[in-house]
This record gives sequence, C-alpha cells and structure tokens, in this order.
Amino acid sequence: MSFDLTEEQQMLSDSLRRFVTNEYSFEKRGNIIHSGYGTVAATWSALAEMGLLGFTFPEDYDGLGGNAIDTLVVMENLGRGLVVEPYLATVVLAGGLIRDAGNEAQKADILPGIASGERLLALAHSEPGARYNLSHVRTSARKDGERFLISGQKTAVLHGGQASQLIVSARTRGDVNEEAGLSLFLVDRHANGVTVDDFATHDGHRTAEIRFNKVAVSADNLIGTVGEAFPIIEKTVDLGIAALCAEAVGAMEAMNAATLEYIKTRKQFGVPIGKFQALQHRMADMFIHTEQARTMAILAASEADSGDRARRREAVSMAKTLVGQAARFVGQEGVQLHGGMGVTDEMFAAHLFKRLTLINLLFGDADHHLAQVSDGLLAKTA
Amino acid sequence: MDLNYTPEQEAFRAEVRQFLADNLPDDIRERVQKRLRPDKAMTERWQKILFDQGWGASTWPKEYGGTSWSPIEQILFEEECALAGAPRQLDFGLRMVAPVIMTFGNDAQKQRFLPGILSGEDWWCQGYSEPGAGSDLASLRTSAKLEGDHYVVNGQKTWTTLGQHADWIFCLVRTSTEGKPQQGISFLLIDMNTPGIEVRPIIMLDGEHEINEVYFDNVKVPAENLIGEENQGWTYAKFLLGHERTGLANVGQWKALMKRLKAAAREEQDGQRPLIENTRFRDRLAQLDMELRALELTVLRVLTDKRGPGPQASILKIRGTEIGQQLFEMLMEATGQDAIAHIPDALELNYNGPRSGSIDATPAAGDYFNMRKLSIFGGSNEIQRNIIAQLVLGL
Repeated sequence: MSFDLTEEQQMLSDSLRRFVTNEYSFEKRGNIIHSGYGTVAATWSALAEMGLLGFTFPEDYDGLGGNAIDTLVVMENLGRGLVVEPYLATVVLAGGLIRDAGNEAQKADILPGIASGERLLALAHSEPGARYNLSHVRTSARKDGERFLISGQKTAVLHGGQASQLIVSARTRGDVNEEAGLSLFLVDRHANGVTVDDFATHDGHRTAEIRFNKVAVSADNLIGTVGEAFPIIEKTVDLGIAALCAEAVGAMEAMNAATLEYIKTRKQFGVPIGKFQALQHRMADMFIHTEQARTMAILAASEADSGDRARRREAVSMAKTLVGQAARFVGQEGVQLHGGMGVTDEMFAAHLFKRLTLINLLFGDADHHLAQVSDGLLAKTA
Repeated sequence: MDLNYTPEQEAFRAEVRQFLADNLPDDIRERVQKRLRPDKAMTERWQKILFDQGWGASTWPKEYGGTSWSPIEQILFEEECALAGAPRQLDFGLRMVAPVIMTFGNDAQKQRFLPGILSGEDWWCQGYSEPGAGSDLASLRTSAKLEGDHYVVNGQKTWTTLGQHADWIFCLVRTSTEGKPQQGISFLLIDMNTPGIEVRPIIMLDGEHEINEVYFDNVKVPAENLIGEENQGWTYAKFLLGHERTGLANVGQWKALMKRLKAAAREEQDGQRPLIENTRFRDRLAQLDMELRALELTVLRVLTDKRGPGPQASILKIRGTEIGQQLFEMLMEATGQDAIAHIPDALELNYNGPRSGSIDATPAAGDYFNMRKLSIFGGSNEIQRNIIAQLVLGL
C-alpha cells in the first residue's frame, strides 16, 4: 500500500507542471480557444517531445509502457492549466483503444503516429438518445461483400472535427441497447459519406456531430472481433473516466488556489474577505472535497487497468460520482467566492468552473454513476 | 502508487483475524454487535486479553510496551477488531494522555502511569471542557495554585465521558492569568480518589449515563503530577487533540457498521420487497458506502504521508464524524417506525422481554441521538473548519 509517485512520475509531474505554468498562460490559452481550431501545433508537439503522447503505449510502438497512474499524473497537470489539447480524445480514448484492441498492423500504423503528434484520432461512440448508456447504438455496419457500409449518427465526438481518423462503433447485429453485436471500425474522416459538424464546447475544447451515410469501410479496418466490441468500449470509457477524474482534481486544485488568492486580497468592509468565517468554512469545504476527490481519482487510476471488470467498474463509478459532486461544489463555490468577478469571462475561475461542469457531464454524471454503484449493491446482495 | 496491501500486510491481517477468532469472548462480541449498553468490565477484560498478547497498545512504540506497528498495521488491526465485534479500547489513556506522557512527561511519570494504561488497570478520563470553555477551550478557569509541594485545584470540568469509572483524570488547569489565555494553562494528572472531587452524572438525550460533570473543591494534587512545564499545557493539549482527531476517523468501526447496515437493508422488509430494493434508500446507502471508501483511502493516504498528518487531520475528523452520524441515521431509518420504542432494559445482554420490531431496532434511535455528539466533541466540526482555514489555507 503506497500513495507515492515513482521518481520518474514525480519528475514528469514537475516538468509538465513547469510547462503548463510557463508556456500555457491564461492569455495564451484564450487565444487558442478563440482560434476556432481547438489545438495548436506548438503545444501538441511540446507534449509529444516530453513523451506524453505515447506514454501508455508499448515501447515497440514508440511508447513508454506507462499505465493509468501515469495518465493520472499527466491529466492532473493538464487540468491545473485547463489545457484544451485533445489528450483525452486522441491519447487516452482512441490511442488506448487501439493499444488494447487493435491488431498488429493497426497498432504499428497508428500508435507511433499518435506518439509523435502527427496523427489525431477521435472516438465516435455516443449517439442521440443514448444519454450515458454505452450499449445504446443504432449506427449500423452492414456487410457488403468484403467491406462494411456504415450508416448512422454520432454525437459528442470529442475533437472529432480535428481528427484525421475516427474510431466508430456500429451495430453488426442485434437491437439497440444490446451489448452483443457491436463492432468497431477505423474510418477516415474525409471518406465519402462522412459529414462533420464541428463545434466549440463551453470550456474551450471541441466536439462534433458526425453523420455516416453508407460509408464504405474495408474489413482490415475492423478493430477486434465482429460483434464483440462492447467490453473494449466499456474499458476504454473507464480509462477516459479515470483520466477525467484526474483532470478534475487538477482543475479543483487550481480553483482552490485562485479562490484563496482572491479572498486573501479582495477587501471589503476594510478587511480581506477571507477574514470572514462564512467564507473560510466554504473554502475549507472546497479543500475537503478536493482531497476526497484526489483519493478517488487515485482509486480510479489504480483500478482502470484492472482485468477484473466488476472491480474496475465499481471503482470508476465511485470515483466519477464523488469527483463529480466535488467538481460541482468546488466549481460553484469558487465562482461564488469570487463575487461578481467570478461570472466574468476574464477570470480563470470562471473557466475552471466551466471545465469542471462539463467534466461532470462527460461519460456519466454523478447521478448516473451513483446509480451504477447502487445497482451494484443490489446485484451483490441478490 | 499501489493500493493493494502487501503479502506481509495480508499475513498480518490474517494473524489478527485468527487471534480474534480464538480470543474474543462470545458475550463481548454479542454485546458489541447488538450494540448493547457498554460496560466497564467488558472494556477492562478485553484490554487485559490484548495486553496478555502483547497487543495492548497498537499505537505505542515497543519501548513502552506497545507494538511498534506501522500506521498500516495499526489500521488493519483496528479494522479487524471492529469487524470481529471487539469493543473499542479506551482512547483516553491509550491514545490521548499516553502520547503526551511519552512526549512531554519525565521518566518517573512514564514509569508510573504508562503500565496501568497498557494493562487497563487504570481507567482515565479527560478534563478539558468547562461550562464556560467549550470551543473556546483556552478560556478555561479551573485553577491550580502551587502551595509547597502540591497544587490546590478548584473549579469544574464537564462532558467528562465515562468519568464515573475513572481512576485518573488528565486536566487542563489555569496556573496563570497573565498574558494570553493560552499562556497560563498547565497539564495536570489527578487521582480521582483525591478528597474534594465530586462526579455528577449528566443524562444525555438517549437516556443513558455516559457523561459527567467533575467538581474540584480544594483538591490537593502532588506537584510531581504536572506534565512538562507549568504554563505550557496548551502546547501539550494541542498535541493531544491532533492524536485524537486521527483516531476520530474511526474507519474500522464504520466499516463494521456499514456491513451491518447492508445486512439490515436485506433483512428489513419494505412491504413485499426487501428494503434494499427501495431505490431511494439504496442510493443513499451507495452514496454513504462511497464516502466511507473515500475516507478509508484518505486516512491511509494521510497516515502514509512522510510529512505526517498535521492539520490535515481535521479533514479526517470532519468526514469521519459526518459519515458515522449518517451511518447511525440510516441504521435507524432501516428499522423504520420499529425504532420509536425506548426500552432501556433491552440494552442489557440477557434481556428476554418484549421488544418492538427486530433486534436492530432496539438501539437504533438511541444510538442516532447519542452520535450527534460526534460532530460536537473533540473540537466541533466548525472548529475543525477554522483550523483548516487558518492552518492549512492561511486565511
């Protein structure tokens, strides 16, 4: 039992922290999020040079053989600086999926490209009406000779508009909501029949709505086994949730630091407002929530790689619930303690609040994951 | 980073579990698991059994007869004890005054007091709070005047838990009224059999006698019972409170109660279905279960931190007591309106009379009422938030 980072992880954390502090200022970030593209080559290649983009890939594919704890360290630091690069979309989700389920040729083709920063991929899985139900997939992949024809609609595709390739889930058999019958395909974003609507998100990231109209995909772009993609989708999403929990912890830490600074300097009634007990106790509660969230993010990261599905799912849902609740509390209180300034676009706190709010919505909010844990209790006692 | 226990730690856990299976008397286990009225003899018997095994003080170093266990081993020990239905050891001696004596006492005091705490022969209680000194503890007025080779103590202490059984009380007393209130406080050990001491019960809202007032009327205390230096007692008091707070997270006991609560949710009926199938109840149970898991790991995180717990211990006190209170509340709610009957006799071990509802219902409401104290004692949770704001956040 140990909560210590290894020496390498500590060094990585320190250098990434320095990078975010020195090279990713609030002003610079402002320019990036207003650029309309959502990722800048300079930042992305800097992350590549630090070895972060292939961190969790095997060494044979230009990676460093890292695990979910390494991702925790990276995401926490990215969260602290509200870095909007597609690390979650490309490295954690798409890269993680290819690493875990891709065949030799796919790994050799894709992973080094992600690691070097040359290739962006995105996971296109969620669909309208699915809410947080991972098996709710209507998009179909119909066999047509040696190829598949994909038709359907995907929503909330993180950085889908920036990716050159999409990993698309589609039903090769069965009814919507069935876990069996799902398959995964690599699809070129510019292929015939792919329509992408790219949007900014409220927190400076990018999202896309993507339609597929009889998009032809060759059989060698199938990832894994036909009809058996659900477990890999679930595992990938769990890795994504663990990463988001870590990012949220970084953002909460930043929110606490910004808020603390503000209430120590902002004066009313002749004293810094941090002298008022009503504010002190709220600040203390923000701190408590953040520490608890940090514990749960560590738990999620520790179990995210686990082959024991029930354990992994429980840990991830527990973490997402408590982190989501903490993110809401810390986000709202952080803004409140900033007073009028907190609801302006010029304050870092406002942007932290927006990210924390959206993290809660991604891959299941606190209520959704509470229900997962709750239903798990029922199953255990049955 | 690795959240799994090592094979050595697992082996340690197994050893403790086996010991408990072999040595925890059935009547004690029954009393604890049914949440019956605690009893002095039971606590003393259990302490003696642990003492004979060499495990009397899991948190002490070996040189004083402790175990020198690592923080993780201490936690595993506590958890196994709680899950097996062992009673809580008496904190006042083992976890509160003993660390003060070890750290600030002289050799004679260590030799005189520590063995009795370890064996359970001496029952200790705490003389901190006064009617006029609660959260503002430093405003305490119980006075100690040095007259020759002894102090003369006058005043009143309150909220003295289990003081009715005590052989000794450790007291904060005022030895000076000069300077800031904190500067005139001393730490004194007082024999409860000294003439001039009177203990009066305070009956709490659950109808039970657990708490007392202690009056001091010209009580003569040998000067050698002063810990450390005169007027330095506040430093020792704060040191003690830090130790107390870490213990107040109480994870082992809460885990045992959580297990009980989950069982109760299966056993209690909600019409034609077990209560666990009631989504609203189960969701709250799940929420609490997660918070307890977070607390458990946070305790481990804080205790394994090489920088030591420090003021972060306040987080553990706040979360530990909040979670404990919710557990007792849900245990009460699980039994529904069966919990309304107050049957004091049914809290005794050999009670065979009528009761209302299941045996879980008997202590349910009383425990809930009693446990409101958790967020009030040991420095109220509001005081803990002050500590976090001031000492951690620098406000």
